[in-house]
Amino acid sequence: MFNYTIRRLLFTVPTLLLISFIIFLLLDLAPNDPTGNLPMTITPEVREKIRISLGLGEPIHIRYLLWLQQFFVNEPLNLIEEWWGIQIGDAENRLRVQSWATRSPVVDLVVERMPQTLWVVGMSYVVGILIALPIGIISAYKHYSWFDQIGTFVSMVGFSIPTFLTGTVLIVLFSVLIDSSSPFWLPSIYDTTHRVTDWSSFVVQVKQMAMPVMVLALFNAAQLSRFMRASMLDNLSQDYVRTARAKGMKERVVLLVHVLRNSLIPVVTVIALGVPQVFGGAIITEQIFKVNGLGQLLIIGVQGADIPLVQTLTFIFAVLIVLFNLIADLIYGILDPRIRYD
Amino acid sequence: MGTASVESVLEVNDLKTVFHTQDGTVHAVNGVSFALNAGELLAVVGESGSGKSVTMMSLLQLLPSPPADIVSGTVDFGGANLLELTPAEIRQFRGARIGFIFQDPMTSLNPVFTVGFQIMEPLREHMGMSKRAARDRAIELLELVGIPSASERLNDYPHQFSGGMRQRVMIAIALACDPQVLIADEPTTALDVTVQAQILELIRDLRQKLGMGIIWITHDLGVAAGIADRVIVMYGGFIVEHAPVDELFHNPRHPYTMALLHTLPGHDGGEASRLRSIGGQPPDLIQPPLSCPFAPRCAHAFERCGRENPPLRALRDAHDVACWWDTDKGEEWS
Repeated sequence: MFNYTIRRLLFTVPTLLLISFIIFLLLDLAPNDPTGNLPMTITPEVREKIRISLGLGEPIHIRYLLWLQQFFVNEPLNLIEEWWGIQIGDAENRLRVQSWATRSPVVDLVVERMPQTLWVVGMSYVVGILIALPIGIISAYKHYSWFDQIGTFVSMVGFSIPTFLTGTVLIVLFSVLIDSSSPFWLPSIYDTTHRVTDWSSFVVQVKQMAMPVMVLALFNAAQLSRFMRASMLDNLSQDYVRTARAKGMKERVVLLVHVLRNSLIPVVTVIALGVPQVFGGAIITEQIFKVNGLGQLLIIGVQGADIPLVQTLTFIFAVLIVLFNLIADLIYGILDPRIRYD
Repeated sequence: MGTASVESVLEVNDLKTVFHTQDGTVHAVNGVSFALNAGELLAVVGESGSGKSVTMMSLLQLLPSPPADIVSGTVDFGGANLLELTPAEIRQFRGARIGFIFQDPMTSLNPVFTVGFQIMEPLREHMGMSKRAARDRAIELLELVGIPSASERLNDYPHQFSGGMRQRVMIAIALACDPQVLIADEPTTALDVTVQAQILELIRDLRQKLGMGIIWITHDLGVAAGIADRVIVMYGGFIVEHAPVDELFHNPRHPYTMALLHTLPGHDGGEASRLRSIGGQPPDLIQPPLSCPFAPRCAHAFERCGRENPPLRALRDAHDVACWWDTDKGEEWS
């Protein structure tokens, strides 16, 4: 397994280089202009100078190589310097990947936005899993019961109604129709500057997270509970389940030890593959609830033709996807003894 | 048949099991009665769908309900009627006092748990053994069923065993708690002939050592002839004939049994002849069992066979048959 992991990690290097190059090419081909958002009074000559100052005068391969250097050499060096408080070489003149729009280093922006995304989107993923697994298990065990029927209906609704609809419906219900003095009132705008220091500020944080988390959790749970149910049903009809019952094992043991362990194998893979999407943020939900997370950052970058920002963010997502693919494969090998990678 | 002898460990009376399906009610077992004596090997033969497995699964309430429904009958085992027990009570019998071996060893073991874990489970559940004691007993059991270097193989997963070895593991699990009755549901059907012979040898051997009653379901008459004390022939959810093994093979009385024996390929070294078969189709179990199920395929069938279901009647010592035709006299039974 260790050798396999190392081999797979080495394979990720060319994969990621290729991905980064393709992203770079795609963004370069896109018909956009970093000066497009500037006032109309700025003359074309000045605009051209701005473009050249941004480095757009260089040919594409030079720009790509410079980005590679900035991202893979300068940024890690900068991180090391910050962590250990040391200085390596000519730190003053070392160029970091800079956002064209804000002129601040892209990595700093990402670090700034990460907590909101992890809190809201990450929490919704965890809540979604915690809802989905029991629903899937019970639905499969009580196949075609009223519980299963309701579960199926809710999943269908949760999966087919887009988050911008459930989000706005929740806002109407909990922020508009309910009076703001009521304990059930929830804020529709996420306050990023809010700091949790005591119990009451914690309650405020929970309240402002509640709606975006609910919206995303419903969507995630809808999908996962179907996977869980299908996987449980597959396994419930297997011969080994009959064997476990014939051995006189308790129904709880049959279900939660014998069947669940087998059923989790494909589900855990799906869960692991979904984690990169958490970091990617839920672009629409973040927009609705004004959560300024990574998804919103990406949208701003795309709108302003902020190519270094979009390039770097997209590439970070690509790294996460490749990484979690590997993690999913490794978990698969751990859960299923029939799969050995050596 | 159905006469309770003093030494019988398991007695089944008038067992009826149906399946409620969308196409109608399937009458899988239609009033089956038999008794199993201590230390005896009772073979149950019949074609697919004759109700052999459903009968045995009904005994321990192992059929999924719905669709399965045990309509009537009693199963006496150790003074209790197994069919009346609650799920919690029947669990005390499953795997503890009645062991079960299934047909396909490739799928009957859980692929993600070690063989040791799966053998130790019933030991810890029913005998309340500590982990250590259960482990020692598991090693003992694996050695008993002839698995070499048992203590190391305890940590192996089922996929690391061959088909025959897996069936040995299944047997070890079934024997774990020293059951009084072992029910083997076509345990050698999925195995190749040499492995089959080894498993049969193992069962013969274990039977002598442990002295338990065994019900052996098979559709292989050769296996039944080689291993059984008594044989029950089932057709369409009925017991159609029941006799000691020699009697059944030398003096079959039911037209189905006779036809079945006739289909066995001979090995007299002569010119290879075509395989013989019984003409017609197996009975449609959706129809309520109001007539002899074998009548449409029977050479001796007459008007009464389509009108009335023949009861199981005693012919001579321990030989019962369910047929309106008297083969000895060549006329309707009276």
